[in-house]
Amino acid sequence: MSAAPSAYRPAIGRRRFVGRLGLAAFVALSLVALVALGALILQVLQQGGSVISRTFLSNPPSILEPETAGVYVAIIGTLWLIGITVLAAVPLGVGAAIWLEEYAPRNRLTRFIHLNISNLAGVPSIVYGLLGLAIFVRSLQMGRSVLAGGLTLALLVVPVIIIATREALAAVPPSIRHASLALGATRWQTIRHHVLPAALPGILTGVILSLSRAIGEAAPLILIGAVSYVAAPPGGSLAESVEAQGVFAGLREWLRAALSDGFTALPVQIYGWIGEPDEIFHALAAGGILVLLVVLFSMNAVAIGIRAWQQRHRHS
Amino acid sequence: MNSRNRPRRLGSIRIAAVALVSVAGVALAMEPLTGKVAVDGSSTVAPIMKAAAELFRAEQPRVTVTVGVSGTGGGFKKFFEASPELRTDITNASRPIKPSELSKAAETGVHYIELPIAFDGIAVVVNPKNSFCDSLTIAELRAIWAPGSTIRNWKDVRPGFPDMALKLYGPGHDSGTFDYFTEAVVGTERHSRNDYTANEDDNVLVRGVEGDAGALGYFGFAYYQPNAAKLKLLAIDSGDGKPVKPSPETIGNGSYHPLGRPLFIYVNADAAQRPAVKALIEFTFANAKKIVEHRRVNYVALPQEIYDVALRRFREGVTGTVYAPDTSKTRSLAELYGATERK
Repeated sequence: MSAAPSAYRPAIGRRRFVGRLGLAAFVALSLVALVALGALILQVLQQGGSVISRTFLSNPPSILEPETAGVYVAIIGTLWLIGITVLAAVPLGVGAAIWLEEYAPRNRLTRFIHLNISNLAGVPSIVYGLLGLAIFVRSLQMGRSVLAGGLTLALLVVPVIIIATREALAAVPPSIRHASLALGATRWQTIRHHVLPAALPGILTGVILSLSRAIGEAAPLILIGAVSYVAAPPGGSLAESVEAQGVFAGLREWLRAALSDGFTALPVQIYGWIGEPDEIFHALAAGGILVLLVVLFSMNAVAIGIRAWQQRHRHS
Repeated sequence: MNSRNRPRRLGSIRIAAVALVSVAGVALAMEPLTGKVAVDGSSTVAPIMKAAAELFRAEQPRVTVTVGVSGTGGGFKKFFEASPELRTDITNASRPIKPSELSKAAETGVHYIELPIAFDGIAVVVNPKNSFCDSLTIAELRAIWAPGSTIRNWKDVRPGFPDMALKLYGPGHDSGTFDYFTEAVVGTERHSRNDYTANEDDNVLVRGVEGDAGALGYFGFAYYQPNAAKLKLLAIDSGDGKPVKPSPETIGNGSYHPLGRPLFIYVNADAAQRPAVKALIEFTFANAKKIVEHRRVNYVALPQEIYDVALRRFREGVTGTVYAPDTSKTRSLAELYGATERK
């Protein structure tokens, strides 16, 4: 004990100074990230702001008259892709996470599965493109279609959704499960009525983050055969199809055609325009990036909205 | 001519039938067609087919033409896919079909119709600040680009050039331009030194040469024209002491030799029976000059008689290539396609 008083040097001033220095450093570092994002948006706005117009959103791409070119086909392609990705990846990812977190025993097999899912989440997207080409395009004979593209992106995001969902489920206090089980609820009732609602905000965040990644991917789509020029969205016009064949048959035919049609998507379209030599296409690419950012931000906004609503709903 | 490559002619009854259908097709031009046409292949040729698809859409809005860009080699892979549903209908190529691809054709049983569509030139460019170099000979280019070349300074290119680091820019190995340049300059296709800045995106090359005073680069002539202010174009001396600068005239008349080249499209012979594919090809060749020389496409149109021969080959369903493996790629198209016509 005798050494303790001599080892203690208050040096309040110095410690406070180091503390403030640390704070300043962290604020500066966060600003770097913000400034980078701001610079990116500013540059894209400056380059592409002028091409944004009603016709840019409603016209097909054009190489002959870039002044009238638009991203309509690419937006519809991206919506198809994301829709298919959500339908395939969310049930798969959330379901797998529920089994792993709530039902599966902790043994070597499940640890091995966990490890592999973490590894899969880090696999480069181009590898998923190769996988999608081999499985969906070739083996399952879906062709170079929007269906094969959406399912490939689903493969890409499933590991991320599983990891995020597991974290969200693990964060739900065990006391909630115990209370529910003690009152006689089954395991599924406990999960369905108590665990899942409590974990929903975390799951949604994970889903949105992974979809944000998927929506910007060009490499795997190009690999499975997204095209650089197509003037009609998958399936063509739904209205025309219904008019020609009646509501039911028209809708069915349109859906069948849409799922097997060649497609393009926003990142593929942007990539294609950047590759053109003429400057005007670079402005179009910047405009496409703006549209992609708006789609992304609105997806995030929807998730934040659902999360806020969910929290208010539960706490009132 | 190598018998394996000899164009095959379909039976005369079939020719008559095809001719009849195409006449009917012209007569019923207003009949709206439906269907899909899948085009893929060379990034060099893609603007031509994108432009054709765009103009064709005004005539046949219900036909969906997709144009992919996966390089000449990548395009032939999709053209000769093992499963017929995955095969593209038309593939764009910035060089004639290769022997390895011919054996793929034999393996898969795909018959194809070879159609020349335009002329392209390879532009050899330097930085605009470069005042000492106006032209290079093919021999000098070969010394620079040959595999294992140790030339890293302009003073080693030609006696009298200043002491300045030489930085090289060129297309990556998936590019048809790379295949063509190496064959024409080095002498063996795909043989090149590898210590240069390679990129499939010609834009990156333009920016590289623009920002580097000691740069030397090459890419398709179509990419030079919109960037003419940022680059200095070199004249090329094929060995006769008369350097020639590429221009639509010199590429078209063959005097920009050997860095001017024909571009092709290959049509799957079975797909060619489908009305949508047939209509697209008929439309493309009827408007070939307008499409190819459109300011956004910017290639050199072939002489009208070559377009006529090509369209006749398509209508008659003449399959196979006029290029034997040993055919010199500098022989004129008129000679090559005219020769098959006389048979």
